[in-house]
Amino acid sequence: MTGYILKRLVSAIPVLLGISVIVFLIMAMIPGDPATAILGSYATPENVEKLNRDLGLDQGLVPRYFIWLGNMLQGDFGRSFALNRPVLDEVLDRFGATLILAGTSFVLCSVLGIAAGVISAARQYGFADKAITFVVLLGISIPSFFLGMMMILIFAVQLRWFPVSGMWPIYGDRNLWVLMDHLAMPAFALAVVATGVIARLARSAMLEVLRQDFIRTARAKGVHERRVIWRHALRAAMVSIIPILGIQAGFVLSGAVYIEMVFQWPGVGRMLVDAILKRDILLVQGGVVFIAACYVLFNIMVDVAQALLDPRIKT
Amino acid sequence: MMAFLKLLARNRLALAGLIVIGMVVVLALITPLLPLADPDVTDTPNRFKPPFSEGAILGTDHLGRDLLSRLMWGTRLSLAMGLAAAIIAATIGSAIGIIAGYYGGRTDNIIMRGVDMLMAFPYILLALAIVAALGPGLMNALIAVAAVNVPFFARNIRGITVGIAHKEFVDAARLAGMRDREIIVAEVLPNVLPVIVIAMSTTVGWMILETAGLSFLGLGSQPPQADLGSMLGEARSALITNPHTSIVPGAMILIIVMAINLLGDGVRDALDPRLKSGALSRPMPATTVDRQGAVPAAKTESLLDIAGLRTEFRVRDRLYKAVSGVDLHVEKGECLGIIGESGSGKSVTALSVMGLVASPPGVITGGAVHFDGKEIIGAPYEVLRSLRGRRVAYIFQDPLATLHPLYKVGDQLIEAIQSHDSVSSADARSRAIGLLKSVRIPNAESRIESYPYEMSGGMRQRVGIAMALANNPDVIIADEPTTALDVTVQAQILSVLSDLRRERGLAIIFITHDFGVVGQLCDRVAVMYAGQIVEEGPTAAVLRNPQHPYTSRLIDCVPTLGGGQRKLSAIPGLPPVVDNLPVGCAFAERCDKAHADCRAGPVELVKTEEARKTRCLFPEVVSERSA
Ligand code: SF4
Repeated sequence: MTGYILKRLVSAIPVLLGISVIVFLIMAMIPGDPATAILGSYATPENVEKLNRDLGLDQGLVPRYFIWLGNMLQGDFGRSFALNRPVLDEVLDRFGATLILAGTSFVLCSVLGIAAGVISAARQYGFADKAITFVVLLGISIPSFFLGMMMILIFAVQLRWFPVSGMWPIYGDRNLWVLMDHLAMPAFALAVVATGVIARLARSAMLEVLRQDFIRTARAKGVHERRVIWRHALRAAMVSIIPILGIQAGFVLSGAVYIEMVFQWPGVGRMLVDAILKRDILLVQGGVVFIAACYVLFNIMVDVAQALLDPRIKT
Repeated sequence: MMAFLKLLARNRLALAGLIVIGMVVVLALITPLLPLADPDVTDTPNRFKPPFSEGAILGTDHLGRDLLSRLMWGTRLSLAMGLAAAIIAATIGSAIGIIAGYYGGRTDNIIMRGVDMLMAFPYILLALAIVAALGPGLMNALIAVAAVNVPFFARNIRGITVGIAHKEFVDAARLAGMRDREIIVAEVLPNVLPVIVIAMSTTVGWMILETAGLSFLGLGSQPPQADLGSMLGEARSALITNPHTSIVPGAMILIIVMAINLLGDGVRDALDPRLKSGALSRPMPATTVDRQGAVPAAKTESLLDIAGLRTEFRVRDRLYKAVSGVDLHVEKGECLGIIGESGSGKSVTALSVMGLVASPPGVITGGAVHFDGKEIIGAPYEVLRSLRGRRVAYIFQDPLATLHPLYKVGDQLIEAIQSHDSVSSADARSRAIGLLKSVRIPNAESRIESYPYEMSGGMRQRVGIAMALANNPDVIIADEPTTALDVTVQAQILSVLSDLRRERGLAIIFITHDFGVVGQLCDRVAVMYAGQIVEEGPTAAVLRNPQHPYTSRLIDCVPTLGGGQRKLSAIPGLPPVVDNLPVGCAFAERCDKAHADCRAGPVELVKTEEARKTRCLFPEVVSERSA
């Protein structure tokens, strides 16, 4: 298994390089002089010149890319002109909040989505199936930011169950309980779309599996139906559900942008939007590369989970 | 096309979606013609007017602009953006996909690598990066959303194109000297176009959501122009004081996207052939029972008695009578063979006993099964479950498909034991090893850790047998257990079965299409044809002197030692389709001796000799077989 993990890590290198090339090329589309764009309109000529030297902006695209890549590999993602601090510091400060939000959401959507899909399949065409199918349709059709706003109206303003926004109270202790109180609504709002997508896929994967011969064998053995569904069928269906979990993790991670805006969550997503509006190019560039790289690493974990689950995968 | 539209219309939800989205589109199209207030004229004294106020049905926003007017214009803009993004993404993506799929080889490789890279990004992040580079704005948001959806189209269309690029008509065009570009336009494109359109219709909802999302973040349409997303974004600061300014555009996005999704699902379902055939339904824990008429009493005192069993498959409006009135019984320690071609109803008969016929579409519509004196058709699930595996166990064909691929064989055996017997895992494990030994699996202690895919076909089938033996059942129903195996392995498996039967006093129902196997193992044999028993009797007597023409044909299929393959195709013709059975003898079409009487009406199964029955008006006579 260790060998397999190493192999997957090595195979991630070209993907990471590819991602850096794509981000680099996108940023190279910026119209006008890159140094001025990066430093904003108040840049002094000396600063522009220094930046040109540091980033190789006066050179061709290829050397520029390698200078950028080399800097990043040494942990230098550049400096945010708007915040006047290193990009990496800012991203790392913010990333924890995003990770808590997206991670919770991911767990929520995986558990709820799979459970809904399994129940839906087990009760195909029954009341539970129809109810779940309808809720799922609603879930994948509602924009997460609108859902978040409506949740604030109902659960924070009307019912006062949860705080309106933010990650921590302005005054008072910072403990797990307080965090969960603040996390509940944004995590749920972020999870809804992914839950719907996972539930749909889990349902059809389960229906596919339930028709297979080994399910009949389990029944013929006298295995209880509950176990047939939740063990035999779900285990086999997970083989096609897990890759979708990987894709949905990407949706949750990047969809956090909207939720962070709505709930004033101090994460990377909100930082990115602010940076885009302020044209803080290096911060955007660094943030995007960082998140994309994290996502690639996460997908390796997904592959490893898949290999652990399915002994037929050569490790 | 008409059939497709009809199918779509049958799906009421899809139709509702179509109507709603149709109305929204029409309203958006005629917006400029409607007597609406100017959406961009601010009127701050009249800000935040609630809905249903004088002159503003939906109220006004934070600058006093008429919400209804802004909603209509915003919808128009959002729809246009979503549609434009979908068209751009579909065009570019499909072009890339067609090129990659058509040319294949290195071109394909390089393009798809790039596509994979793009897909390695978390979706929205890439759009953000593009907007960051180009700067916020309506057009740039549109480009960003289209760009991130290009890989989706490229990948799907490539898949389809690869399939088409190797079809004969493309080869023919190439041979005819057409150039690649001409072939792509004339031959490939028309074939992928429907797929492109469908993919577009299912993604346009997404695109509307995504463009609205970027606008919501302030990166899309810029004031004063507003789409639904930026309306929502601007209203956010007044969410708590004046929620109507948020609810109006938000609800509109929801309605639009939901209608499109309903329609998209309907389109997908209408095009899915599996849905039409009912192949996507899941089998229930036990076969549905819908018995018409009285429940027959047991005909014998046997351990297992099947009386008048009828099992049907109801697929949409068609009815397949797989088993029509079968009487069978098996005594303790006896081996009964059921023989017939595939589709004769022999497996369905066997599976009906423990309610294992897939249902839907299977339904048991008549008859009774008495096990140990108790009627079990339609028995409560828990009764059935406690009998399954404990008193009546099954062995199936092809153990690669019938064993769970992801569990070790040991765990599957242990589970079989623990389903009926609350023993500790350690005890169950040592019993499992004992079971593997009893079916003569070498190195049972280590084999227990194997996965089914790591074993040979013969070994897997031994595991299947061991599993059936796990709870010392009274009856084993073996459904073609040796069919998938080669001849030597088959002989080994048969000898394992016949030893076990002798040692344990097992009753076996052995289902096969091979009279050779029946001759080796079975005391009695029942021959099935088109869902009915056509002959029944002691194996030796039937083999020596078959009375039904079908039986004698089957026997003729068994090669003498060293002869070639056993093939049922030696019988000319095919069995009748069970949804269209003739009134008279079902075998008449293939029978040399068929007479007008045979087709006139049902032929009864009659007793011909002691312990023998035949369903034929002109049974074969002994002398014919003596040769
Ligand atoms: S009843 Fe007639 S058609 Fe049927 S098998 Fe006998 S002889 Fe042939």
